[in-house]
Amino acid sequence: MSIHYVLRRLAIMVPIFFLVVTLVFFMIRFAPGGPFSSEKSVSPAILKNLEAKYHMDEPLLSQYVRYWKDLLRGDLGPSFKHANRTVNEIIQEALPVSLELGLLALTWAVVIGIAAGGMAALKPNTVYDYVPMAFSILGICLPTFVVGPVLVLVFGLWLQWLPVAGWETWQDRVLPSLTLGFAYAAYISRLTRGGLIEIRGQEFIRTARAKGLTEQEILIKHSLRGGLLPVVSYLGPALAGIITGALVTETIFNIPGLGRFFIESAVNRDYTVVMGTSLLYFTLIFICNFLVDLVYAVLDPRVKYV
Amino acid sequence: MKPLLSIQDYKAHFYTRRGIVKAVNGITYDVYPGKTLAIVGESGSGKSVSQLSYLGLLPAPPLKIMGGTVQFEGRDLLKMKEDDLRKIRGDKISMIFQEPMTSLNPYLKIGSQLIEPLVIHRKQNKKEAWKAATQSLERVGISRPSHAMESYPHEFSGGMRQRVMIAMALTTEPKLLIADEPTTALDVTVQAQILDLLKSIQKETQMAMILITHDLGVVAGAADEVVVMYAGRVFETGSVDDIFYRSEHPYTRALLRSTPRLDKLEKELPVIPGSPPDLIAVTEGCPFYERCSYQKEICKTEFPKESTLGPKHKRFCHAEKLS
Amino acid sequence: MSNSLWTDALYRLKKNKLAVLGAAFLAFEMVFFFLVPLIWHLGYEVQDLEMTFAAPSISYWFGTDSLGRDLFSRVIFGGRISLTVGILASLVSAIVGVVYGSIAGFLGGKSDNLMMRIVDILYALPFIFLVIILMVYFGRNFILLFVALGLTQWLTMARIVRGQVLSLRHKEFIEAANSLGIRQREVVLKHLIPNTLGPVIVYLTLTVPSVILEEAFLSYLGLGIQAPLASWGTLIKEGVDVMDLAPWTLFFPAFFLSATLFSLNFLGDGLRDALDPKGARD
Repeated sequence: MSIHYVLRRLAIMVPIFFLVVTLVFFMIRFAPGGPFSSEKSVSPAILKNLEAKYHMDEPLLSQYVRYWKDLLRGDLGPSFKHANRTVNEIIQEALPVSLELGLLALTWAVVIGIAAGGMAALKPNTVYDYVPMAFSILGICLPTFVVGPVLVLVFGLWLQWLPVAGWETWQDRVLPSLTLGFAYAAYISRLTRGGLIEIRGQEFIRTARAKGLTEQEILIKHSLRGGLLPVVSYLGPALAGIITGALVTETIFNIPGLGRFFIESAVNRDYTVVMGTSLLYFTLIFICNFLVDLVYAVLDPRVKYV
Repeated sequence: MKPLLSIQDYKAHFYTRRGIVKAVNGITYDVYPGKTLAIVGESGSGKSVSQLSYLGLLPAPPLKIMGGTVQFEGRDLLKMKEDDLRKIRGDKISMIFQEPMTSLNPYLKIGSQLIEPLVIHRKQNKKEAWKAATQSLERVGISRPSHAMESYPHEFSGGMRQRVMIAMALTTEPKLLIADEPTTALDVTVQAQILDLLKSIQKETQMAMILITHDLGVVAGAADEVVVMYAGRVFETGSVDDIFYRSEHPYTRALLRSTPRLDKLEKELPVIPGSPPDLIAVTEGCPFYERCSYQKEICKTEFPKESTLGPKHKRFCHAEKLS
Repeated sequence: MSNSLWTDALYRLKKNKLAVLGAAFLAFEMVFFFLVPLIWHLGYEVQDLEMTFAAPSISYWFGTDSLGRDLFSRVIFGGRISLTVGILASLVSAIVGVVYGSIAGFLGGKSDNLMMRIVDILYALPFIFLVIILMVYFGRNFILLFVALGLTQWLTMARIVRGQVLSLRHKEFIEAANSLGIRQREVVLKHLIPNTLGPVIVYLTLTVPSVILEEAFLSYLGLGIQAPLASWGTLIKEGVDVMDLAPWTLFFPAFFLSATLFSLNFLGDGLRDALDPKGARD
């Protein structure tokens, strides 16, 4: 992989970013209604003041140019709805929460998924295979917004083992990250099983056996790397999915993360917050996909990015 | 001279959903140090299975070893524990395979695959093993061996990869090398180079070699002795000359006739009529019975006993002298 | 595609137990959803405030919700909406994907390269955010919903179709047809379309559950189907709000949604393995 590739890959981001900013900006502005339209009690004079304060009285194009100028300075603007707070402040507060939730979910999904899939692949068509695969079928059919409430009902309301809302203690983290990671653990275990079974049928595994390697050495040195490549390439979509899934998870468990702000601001027509959070999501997903591709190239020497 | 490997009445079957596949159905022969024994047969004759199975390289189940002995240096490999057998694999008995493209791990450097036998069996540390492996690459004719050690398999051609496989098989100086169709996937010119390489190494080290092939040209060029296999049975064994010039088995003769020869231009190659039998349906009789032009009533029910025709030459056939 | 290929595929499909189970459940569901509203005694929007949160019983098979509405008929009604959105949106995605993919495949060369680059780039965009913005600002309207959802799903279809067209273009029988002077239009009608049909059907089957899931996701967030209409997503949301009082209000819509997702996914997997035994996984 060359530095040239990295640069080109980053260069592609520029037009996409431009496209996203433009698309979201005009989509929001052209839509009927505005951030202050619901506040009927506001007098026309105050409304005029408000619009002037947020530069809403200017022509659309100059608002757009202004947004870009601010954006390039790293300023995402003031929130229209949360008085006295900027979008930057909101993101600074909410992003770490969402990142923590997402990483927790992804970590346990990867660990459990690989362990379960590996167990199934080593003993195919035994109980060690059937149990994890039955679970993975459940994981694929049960959406986040079913798993979450069911966990809340059973462990929170009936058994009262774990809290069902908030984001303070470690106990608060358990149910949300389980909910968010469940589907991905399921999918990763299927990918691991399939990848390992395919690799273990390859001729180079027979070569390794013929060389006198132990089964353990064959698994660790010769099978895992190739067998886990499908999992690695799935991590890109998985990250995007986890970010999307966090929207629901944060709503279910009342977690003050980015997803809740996104939905809330979208419904409230808080233009700048919608813009800021959308841009952040796009950037995050772009970077994640890029990193996943880099890791893939390191693991598979046959892949050459030039 | 005592044989290095002695196979006696060895049987290995596959228990599949369709039924029992009698892939190896009672075979007997010896392999001597410094000699090359070629096992010849059509695909599906059990020639590969007959070797891979006793080394524990086939999944069991479905494979099940049904009887016989495979003595290596006086010990029966069939009675060995898996871990003892593993210690022989890649040390005293090495293998090279047909597909040089897929027999090497594409994700690992050549070097780290090449040192494995030395690290496992000779307990060498990685540095010593790396040095020794580099030398063995040089021995098989790979230029810039230390560069090759750092490369990945996909950076090599098929012929070069097969050389790497050979180097890997030879790092531990095995007593027996089993080569399963080592040249089938290669160009004709490369085939000859690889066979020459194997012969010259054999001369140096006095290792025994089992050459599994369907190509009688390869047999003529490289083997000392030949075993002709068909449907899990041995039909004829003997020296190369016994088989090529004094064969007394209808199947061997048919096989020879259906091979193109450079010294005799023929208008049309005769083919053996019929097709190889379904290995699930084979009976106690001779499996070649239906396709054989010398068939007798007894062939249907009874596999022939061994009859000796010369010091090395044996055949399994009910027929009288062949015309 | 010859008949025997489809017969073989059907045979292989029948041997796949999960796929058969999925197909059976879907068939049952279709008949059930069609027939029951004709004979069932309660409407989906009829409120009976004296019967709120009634547990499942003989007259209310799935119980009632917070407004005393019969959950059985609501689950069926919601299911019809969910399935309709799923199928319509998948058709939208299939049309866009097939058109885009076959144009790219036919043009080949530089245009193909550019078009596929665009697809690669779009892959990286999380469309669901755009859909959310779209739904919020342009009203939660039924047609917009399935068009928007359909537009999030066409990329993979485009890739598949383009790959098929590209590989078929160079197959001998197409070249033979071309050299025989058979007109382009006929080559397309007689060869390309029948040969591309298999993968398109397979992917279509797999798109339906992901669209159903997306719709339920949006509806759960209150951004999809709006009352008085209902889908499984809105029913689940209603169920979650009162699940400690009446767990059945969550259970029944969740069960039907999950069972449908299961059936479609495994039927799709089964079809793929049956139509393309070479690429069959596991």
